[in-house]
Amino acid sequence: MSDTPVIRIQALSKVYRLGITEVRALRGIDLEVERGEFVAVMGASGSGKSTLMNILGCLDVPTAGTYDLDGERVNGLDRNARADIRNRKIGFVFQGFNLLGRTTAVENVELPLLYDRSGPKLQTRRLAIEALGRVGLSDRAHHQPSELSGGQQQRVAIARALVTRPALLLADEPTGNLDTRTSVEVMALFQELNDQGITIVLVTHERDIARYTRRIVELRDGHVMRDVAVAERANAAEDLRLLRLDGEEAS
Amino acid sequence: MRAVVLVKVALQSILKNTMRSLLTMLGIIIGVGAVIVMVAVGLGAQQRIQQQIENLGTNMIVLTAGATTQGGVSQGAQSFNRLTVANVDALRRESTLLTAISPVIVTGGHVQGGVGNWRTMVNGVAVDYATIRDWGTSSGSFFDATDVRVARKVVVIGATVAANLYPEQDPVGQEIQIRSVPFRIIGVLAAKGQTASGSDQDDVVLAPYTTVQTRLAGRQFIPQILASTASPSDIRGAMEEITSIMREQHRLAAWEDNDFTVRNQADLAEAAQSTTEVMTLLLAAIASISLLVGGIGIMNIMLVSVTERTREIGIRLAIGARGSDVMIQFLVESTVMSLVGGAIGTAAGFAGASVLGHFTGWNTAVSVPTVVLALAFSASVGIFFGFYPARRASTLDPIEALRYE
Repeated sequence: MSDTPVIRIQALSKVYRLGITEVRALRGIDLEVERGEFVAVMGASGSGKSTLMNILGCLDVPTAGTYDLDGERVNGLDRNARADIRNRKIGFVFQGFNLLGRTTAVENVELPLLYDRSGPKLQTRRLAIEALGRVGLSDRAHHQPSELSGGQQQRVAIARALVTRPALLLADEPTGNLDTRTSVEVMALFQELNDQGITIVLVTHERDIARYTRRIVELRDGHVMRDVAVAERANAAEDLRLLRLDGEEAS
Repeated sequence: MRAVVLVKVALQSILKNTMRSLLTMLGIIIGVGAVIVMVAVGLGAQQRIQQQIENLGTNMIVLTAGATTQGGVSQGAQSFNRLTVANVDALRRESTLLTAISPVIVTGGHVQGGVGNWRTMVNGVAVDYATIRDWGTSSGSFFDATDVRVARKVVVIGATVAANLYPEQDPVGQEIQIRSVPFRIIGVLAAKGQTASGSDQDDVVLAPYTTVQTRLAGRQFIPQILASTASPSDIRGAMEEITSIMREQHRLAAWEDNDFTVRNQADLAEAAQSTTEVMTLLLAAIASISLLVGGIGIMNIMLVSVTERTREIGIRLAIGARGSDVMIQFLVESTVMSLVGGAIGTAAGFAGASVLGHFTGWNTAVSVPTVVLALAFSASVGIFFGFYPARRASTLDPIEALRYE
């Protein structure tokens, strides 16, 4: 079981039909992501990375090809089965945080557990508080999103993604709405989680952010153009320390 | 467990949007409240009429003289064929179903006694009158058959007469003069109150009809003969008997119309009942329209809410909610809102009905079936009008919904 790749996609393609024109967003992609990897998917807009992201997240279905997620064949599943897969196996982190407004952090984190069909989860509240602890926000559990900073909101979103113990954490431009320093903070959290063995796939167009991952997959025109390991992996925690020092000198 | 969770999610959502939820409920509150108040007014009127009719006497048949018509042409007042005591005797002799019968000889006049004088109605009746009208005495007793046979000068007086002529004393045994003829009071009738048309039934003096015929001078006529049967089921048969006996008495040929009218309380009651039932239905129908409008209000708000919360729906779908979960959440939201609205509306309806009853003096009666019906109706309004928006929410594409700004 442990040698099963978390993601295995073969000859994956996606064709959108817009009226009479066909848009071939993905043109036969093969990709394997092993357990414990930290992968950045890069590419310009129109490269197909959003499409790939949606298919990896079981939000969309491929036109052709196969997709096995954590050893389970997921292409061809219906709407409800895909909802259950998303709930059990995937944790999402979005660019815009996507927390429910007027809902406390702990209630937001609890949310995926409420939709869990594998059986009644009695201690959803305790699990949610635990997950908040992992992202260092135990003391903000009863704050609403409007009372939290962007970085804190994104960390709540990460806690929500972690709470179901998913096989895969999918992050779509997680630092897109954050300033540099907060971005590095969030990347430090991702690195920490990855060090604990969590598999992360991160979509970004920023090379600076991709430096913190272990492997970069670059897409262009629906093909994998490059798939390389990161030679010198940047250490976000270290960078953060340097940023702090700079800040102190400046003031 | 899942149901509990989904209900919890829906309740959270309602509580987090207090203002919106309250406004949504307002339509249902007004609708249910209006239905309950209107039906209460209608039922109250029904009850009041019912009471008044029962008050007149049970199983009572009323025989009145009427102008004849021949071939559809009214013969006018000249053809007025009076009812006579002989008719009463004939009916008593020949009828098999009537258990009580009494003429009512109406004469008016000044009566004198006690503290002064009083103008009232003097009715000559038979002993059966008390049975037919179901009218007892509060003091003394009614006259008996011997009193009638020998035409004794005794009377039973109504509560109003007693109160005016003999305030704070027992009139029984005292003398009263009717048009200067002395009578002895042997009883006081129990108070009966007003008739439906507002006349005071207690402003009356009852004397044996034989005495009235022989002792009291002046205009006398029998406007009606009252009779009653042992049970309501005999009323139809008894009315047919009366008709045939009276046609014989008045020597009417087969082609002539009746020159009298036979009615009974059941007919009256039915007529009044059906009138108020129609009124109640009408009121309820008008009020139901506001309930319907309230339901459409819920649908409206829910539709806006689905659009406004597209992103929330997208988030829920992305983290693993099934379409059915989202649909149930929205259905529960609309149902809970309309049920809570219904409950508040019921309370408002109760309050409104009693306030209305207090200020207008109308009878109002809130019935349990109405409340149950109103609540059931408001719940179904919630489900019915919540269904379409909930379906829309559940079929949203998560990718599109997440992209929605």
